[in-house]
Amino acid sequence: MGLGQWYNRQYAKAVFFAAVYATGLYVAFAVLPPYLKGLITLGDKGVHLEKVGKISRLVPGDHSIFMMINGVLAMLVLLVIVFLYVLNIRDAVTVGRRRAEGQDPSKLNNGMFPWLLLAIPFLGVLFFTVMPIVFTSLIAFTNYSSPNHIPAKNLVDWVGFSTFNNLFNMTGWSDTFVGVLTWTIIWAILATVTCYFGGILVALLINQQGVKFKGFWRTLFIIPYAIPQFVSLLIMRNMLNEQFGPINQYFRAFGLDGLPWLNDPLWAKISVIVVNMWIGIPVTMVLVMGILTTIPRDLYEAADVDGASQWMKFRNITMPYILFATAPILISQFVGNINNFNVIYLLTGGGPATVNYNNAGSTDLLVTWLFKLTIDFKQYNIAAAVAILIFLFIATAAILLFRRTKSYQEEDMIQ
Amino acid sequence: MKPKLLVSYVLLALIGVVSIYPALWTVLSSFRVGNSLFSDTFIPKQWTLDHYMDLFRTRGTRDIQYAKWFWNTLQVAAVSTVIGTILQLLTAYAFSRFRFKGRKPMMMVVLILGMFPGFLSIIAIFSILQKLTLLDSKWGLVLVYSAGSALGMFVAKGFFDTIPRSLEEAARIDGANNMSIFFRIILPLSRPIITYISLMTFTGAWVDFIFARAILTSRDEWTLAVGLWSIIDSYNSTEFTLFAAGCVLVAIPITVLYMYTQRFLVDGLTAGASKG
Repeated sequence: MGLGQWYNRQYAKAVFFAAVYATGLYVAFAVLPPYLKGLITLGDKGVHLEKVGKISRLVPGDHSIFMMINGVLAMLVLLVIVFLYVLNIRDAVTVGRRRAEGQDPSKLNNGMFPWLLLAIPFLGVLFFTVMPIVFTSLIAFTNYSSPNHIPAKNLVDWVGFSTFNNLFNMTGWSDTFVGVLTWTIIWAILATVTCYFGGILVALLINQQGVKFKGFWRTLFIIPYAIPQFVSLLIMRNMLNEQFGPINQYFRAFGLDGLPWLNDPLWAKISVIVVNMWIGIPVTMVLVMGILTTIPRDLYEAADVDGASQWMKFRNITMPYILFATAPILISQFVGNINNFNVIYLLTGGGPATVNYNNAGSTDLLVTWLFKLTIDFKQYNIAAAVAILIFLFIATAAILLFRRTKSYQEEDMIQ
Repeated sequence: MKPKLLVSYVLLALIGVVSIYPALWTVLSSFRVGNSLFSDTFIPKQWTLDHYMDLFRTRGTRDIQYAKWFWNTLQVAAVSTVIGTILQLLTAYAFSRFRFKGRKPMMMVVLILGMFPGFLSIIAIFSILQKLTLLDSKWGLVLVYSAGSALGMFVAKGFFDTIPRSLEEAARIDGANNMSIFFRIILPLSRPIITYISLMTFTGAWVDFIFARAILTSRDEWTLAVGLWSIIDSYNSTEFTLFAAGCVLVAIPITVLYMYTQRFLVDGLTAGASKG
């Protein structure tokens, strides 16, 4: 490495590449192998007694999870080295070719510039997004879970697909999984549809002919969106408090009993959907109001000439326009709701508790269940398996969405 | 007035009340004497500023370090904003302006990863930070917030796409290199998008609950989101008026910022969307 650049008389570059190459070789052969081996074995000695002279002493064993991280890191480093190597050769070849054609090589650095820009963001994403995903996927194939397989006290081992097997087939886990999954899907559909159509209705309401102070209404209705979500959710949680909350207080003032908003499984589900409407409707509203202004006036005028009713105009002009423009947003909102951690966790905490589920409550979504499994119950392998399933789902949705994306298809339009 | 329009106004007023009620109720509660959630009247009978002052006093009986949390949150949000915005701008610029090998597949990867909520791999992030001994530290949190920020680059990329290329070509003919084009032509033109990105990153870090809750374990290091949540969770609404005052102080800067940025909202939402 570096010789090609030397030959091309790019000495600084040559020295740089040679240095990279030397470190790379050293790292790849002297530093990395034990880590890669650790990734395979995940350690073979737990905490154990060792005889030192006459007394036995407790010796810390291998920390399987750290070995795993090191292993994954080692693999990434190896990939980066290989990548640099390929880059070096390609660079030498192109520069060489240009030189042979008699062009000035110093002006040809343009090809490298975007990579220079991307280097740091790339590393950030690699180590804090890609690596965690790889690592999570790996954990799903181990027995890393409380109480028997938590390092540094115990070792963690590869167990193949048995985590997934437990998730799908073992009573307790599979019941919870199916239950939580079903509610997640129902929730995502209801939450998306209610906010979507709610938003459209509100936008149309404001946009009606004859309604005055449109800007005022718009600003007023956008307030729920502007308040930080965690604040409004915690406030809602208090408002819906069964004993002291103002909502039930008003019910009582009218001689009614008040409802167990967050304490009854069914009411809790209704509450989260309604509260989510309160948070989500403003977003769709703003969006739809924007779209409404882009619908050509003459369409409505033509419809008027043909004697169309309000409803017909709405169904045949307004709605198709809105649907067409917002379809991809609908998909991303659906995905967003599948992962809507805040609304559930801050409002009900996944509760009310139920005996039917393993470590989950009646309003828990897959993501909040996963969070609890990780933070509260230390069932890391199950949580990781759930994460993989969610990821597969999201990736599918994202690819569907991507095919219709503006900044993907329409680029190079403005030159 | 036509009856139909009257119905519309009634509906609008109703929605308006529903929209503003929680906020109004919280603000009023924060001025109410006493500490309970329960009150006889909507508008407090006696007004007080005690709860606001109380937030910044320490009392032996409870552990609410509001000032400390506020300072933590501010630090985390500010540093994440600076790093995150820079990373995001660089990424967006590279993808918008240069055609390099593997660009489209990489954009696909960015989109997929961007839709993947980071907290799904929280176990891994947890372990990595543990390894870096950055667990339970706000700098670990900053790292998490800013490292992935490049994934949100589509809005900025959409913006860069609209800057005419002829500007750059003209500059190039005048002998400008890539660096000076970026700093002297693109950046000055991008002030709106820079404002947008930094506000988004700032508010994102300011209001994030999940990572803060998972990564910060000692009360000293907490951010406001975790702190306020714990007031509700552990004091079980017995310190409600105090909580309300805390909420008002957290919400004011963000709410003002959001009202100001709402004109960007549509752009942000539709950046990844289909052609209309």
